[in-house]
Amino acid sequence: MIRHVLPWAYGLAAFAFIYLPVGALVLFSFQDGSLPVPPFEGPSLRWYADVLGDDDLVAALLHSLTVALGSAAVAVALGFGAAYGLARHHLPGSAVLRGLLIAPLTVSYLIVGLGLLIVVQRVGLGLSLWTAGIGHVVINLPLCFAIIYASMGAQQQNAERAARDLGADEARVVLLVTIPMLAPAILAAFFLSVTLSWDEFIIAFLLTRFDVTLPVEIWSMLRSGLSPRLNAIGSLVFLVSVAAILVIEFTLFRRRRK
Amino acid sequence: MSAGSDQARGWGFAAPALLWTLAFFVVPFVVMGAMSLATLDGRTLVWGLHLDNYAELASKAYLARAIFVSLEITLTVTVVSILLAYPLAWIIAFRVPQRWQRLALLLAILPFWTSYVVRSYAWLLVLAREGVVNQTMLGLGLISEPLTLANTRFATVTGFVHFFVMLLTLTIYANLVQLSPNYRRAAMDLGASAFQTFRHVILPLTLPGIMTGAFLTFVLCIGDYITPQILGGNTELTVPQVIMVQLGRRADFPLAAALAIVLMGIVTLAYLAMARWLRLDRL
Repeated sequence: MIRHVLPWAYGLAAFAFIYLPVGALVLFSFQDGSLPVPPFEGPSLRWYADVLGDDDLVAALLHSLTVALGSAAVAVALGFGAAYGLARHHLPGSAVLRGLLIAPLTVSYLIVGLGLLIVVQRVGLGLSLWTAGIGHVVINLPLCFAIIYASMGAQQQNAERAARDLGADEARVVLLVTIPMLAPAILAAFFLSVTLSWDEFIIAFLLTRFDVTLPVEIWSMLRSGLSPRLNAIGSLVFLVSVAAILVIEFTLFRRRRK
Repeated sequence: MSAGSDQARGWGFAAPALLWTLAFFVVPFVVMGAMSLATLDGRTLVWGLHLDNYAELASKAYLARAIFVSLEITLTVTVVSILLAYPLAWIIAFRVPQRWQRLALLLAILPFWTSYVVRSYAWLLVLAREGVVNQTMLGLGLISEPLTLANTRFATVTGFVHFFVMLLTLTIYANLVQLSPNYRRAAMDLGASAFQTFRHVILPLTLPGIMTGAFLTFVLCIGDYITPQILGGNTELTVPQVIMVQLGRRADFPLAAALAIVLMGIVTLAYLAMARWLRLDRL
């Protein structure tokens, strides 16, 4: 008896632990009072209205979206180029090159951000959303490269050869054969990069100044303590990340399994 | 196609990514290393090959203390997270029916995709003096006074464990489902008890997965600034918090750079210690 009940009890307890903070975050974003703590009064949408009427927050939200989409596009383009170049052409020292491309994965975001901050200040460049975007490409490029490189198999190579034998030049082969065949991996890498950039704090904090991204804006709101406004904006941030993850899960991996 | 033009095209495709990594990762890293050997004379930076910053790390108690605190928290988090995640991954892999496994796994790690800042704030809601846990326990009459849960090491560790249980459940699950059921059957047929099967067959086979997850946990945990800053308050400082103090209030970039190099050194040591189990190439 115990042997059958225990696993389910453990599973339930684990799920309760995993969903406790997110549950509290979302539930009290609908709080009608001014403190996001029990007892729950509501539901009310006043804090969402408050958040969406706040120019600073909406600006930060748009900054975050821009940086996330822009940096993810650059990271995927660079990652695809590197994966194609290394998988389809014989380059000397390709193991070293792969290691170099993967290296940023093993370093804390804080250290990546600190290094860039020091260089940006030395060069005399100003801090902006651009510098934060550069940092986000640095952390996402290794992931994009690894995902796309891992999915470049013999199957695509045969199709590429066939296209080449039929007279297609390399640009056509890449655009009409390689990219369509790798679309699931490319899109997965893109959406993963969007999510990671969207959620990222420390690099954005170190490398922006006047225009900031949403996590940085939330961080500065945190100083005034618990507030249902923070719950509302936090729930929205979570919602966007979940949407991106569900897109990856249900469109890309479903298709691959068929 | 001649070998020369094949190489030239390959470089053409790979060059942008390589140059980006060189310019925005390798160069900053080298400059940071050089910065850690510079000193501050008042507010002006003096480049050179000084070991002053590293000497300061050894001589100033609060800096050495931060390294110790970081290591303590990281090791606690890594061990607790593995112990909690392994049974969950096991249940999903072996007790949940096959067709529901992917959904169960997706649900188990969905909150993983919350921003660091938002996730830490959410734990603050749960652990605050008037927060969910205290109100519930007061309501049930389990305690008569609210407990101090937030702004403690307990809160930092809880926030971290929450995050890494999800990460480790994913890596351990991936390892468990790769095992052929024949290993378990063979062990059982040869008379091993369930525990013996686990201890002598399953555990050794999943060790690489556990170690890979443990290493990821170690790297991400020891380098994180947000969780200890929001949940731990300022009762004790970790290395990333001390780095941020140097950058902010004191603008002491050389010392911050030296601390970052030490942090990298610790991660490298952890990597070397665990290297024989790690399969990072298979990530």
